[in-house]
Amino acid sequence: MYKIAVMGDYDSIYGFASLGLAIFPFEDKDLEEAARTVHRLASGGYGIIYMTEHLAEGLQKEIAKYQSQLVPTIILIPGVKGNTGRGIAQVKKSVEQAVGSDILFGNDEN
Amino acid sequence: MAGSQVTPTRMELTRLKRKLVTATKGHRLLKDKRDELMRQFLDLVREDMELRKKVEKGIEDANRNFVLAKAGMSEETLRAALMAPKQEVYLNQDKKNVMSVDIPVFDYTTRTADKNDIYSYGFAFTSGDLDGAVKSLSDVLPDMLKLAEIEKSCQLMAAEIEKTRRRVNALEHVIIPETQEGIRYISMKLDENERSTQVRLMKVKDMMLEEAHKYSEKQNS
Repeated sequence: MYKIAVMGDYDSIYGFASLGLAIFPFEDKDLEEAARTVHRLASGGYGIIYMTEHLAEGLQKEIAKYQSQLVPTIILIPGVKGNTGRGIAQVKKSVEQAVGSDILFGNDEN
Repeated sequence: MAGSQVTPTRMELTRLKRKLVTATKGHRLLKDKRDELMRQFLDLVREDMELRKKVEKGIEDANRNFVLAKAGMSEETLRAALMAPKQEVYLNQDKKNVMSVDIPVFDYTTRTADKNDIYSYGFAFTSGDLDGAVKSLSDVLPDMLKLAEIEKSCQLMAAEIEKTRRRVNALEHVIIPETQEGIRYISMKLDENERSTQVRLMKVKDMMLEEAHKYSEKQNS
């Protein structure tokens, strides 16, 4: 039985608390603390970690580390500050990794 | 080249021939695996992209609703309203094996069955916008879980495809040609040895006949 966590700035994620997801608010500058939290959550029974794209920008290393493991799944979501396109870029990256070049979404605008 | 390092013996030749058979078989299997993985991956990644766009839009809408809700009441009231959630989501993770890649399958249960338990506050001090915002976010949740499942599968499969592709290429362009080269080298060397033995034997025979019958002396006389 796993739990679900949401990480990001408070304004972007406080709504998820009412749904029953565990929220872990971070300011953009608390990257070290956030990285520690990612590791703690990963080994602490959290199956999915939703992370705002803004926060994810500073945690590339941690995200890459867990990408090849079955648990946890780290998924990027847009925050209140808007969509940075990083989530979609992540999908394109996996296409590139598999195929060699982005043949599917290369022509898309976003 | 590795070809120069093989010892030209019959045993080595048998070993190399066996290696070539295995490598060819493995190459064919891995190629099939790569093709099938790729087919499934492309389907999955298309679905992933669609779902991601949908989820991102859903979350953005929900965020907008939350901003509106926040505007209608004080920060403290809002924080207090969402401080103690009634609902809790538990995640059951199973795994499915697709072409030797373990991909996750998520299933979730909520602590209480009542749908209205997402409203963890009394309605007296909060604005109606907050209810709408919470509702809009809860509508996105099933899609978010589905997205997590699909996106993780995509990532895992992409890694596996890359690995398989490398293996296929290594077999196709390195192992198989090198083995064939080795086999050719050994069989040529063995043939050459055989020929030289033959020639030596013929020569020895000539010399022995010469010794016994003295042909050249008879011819001269």
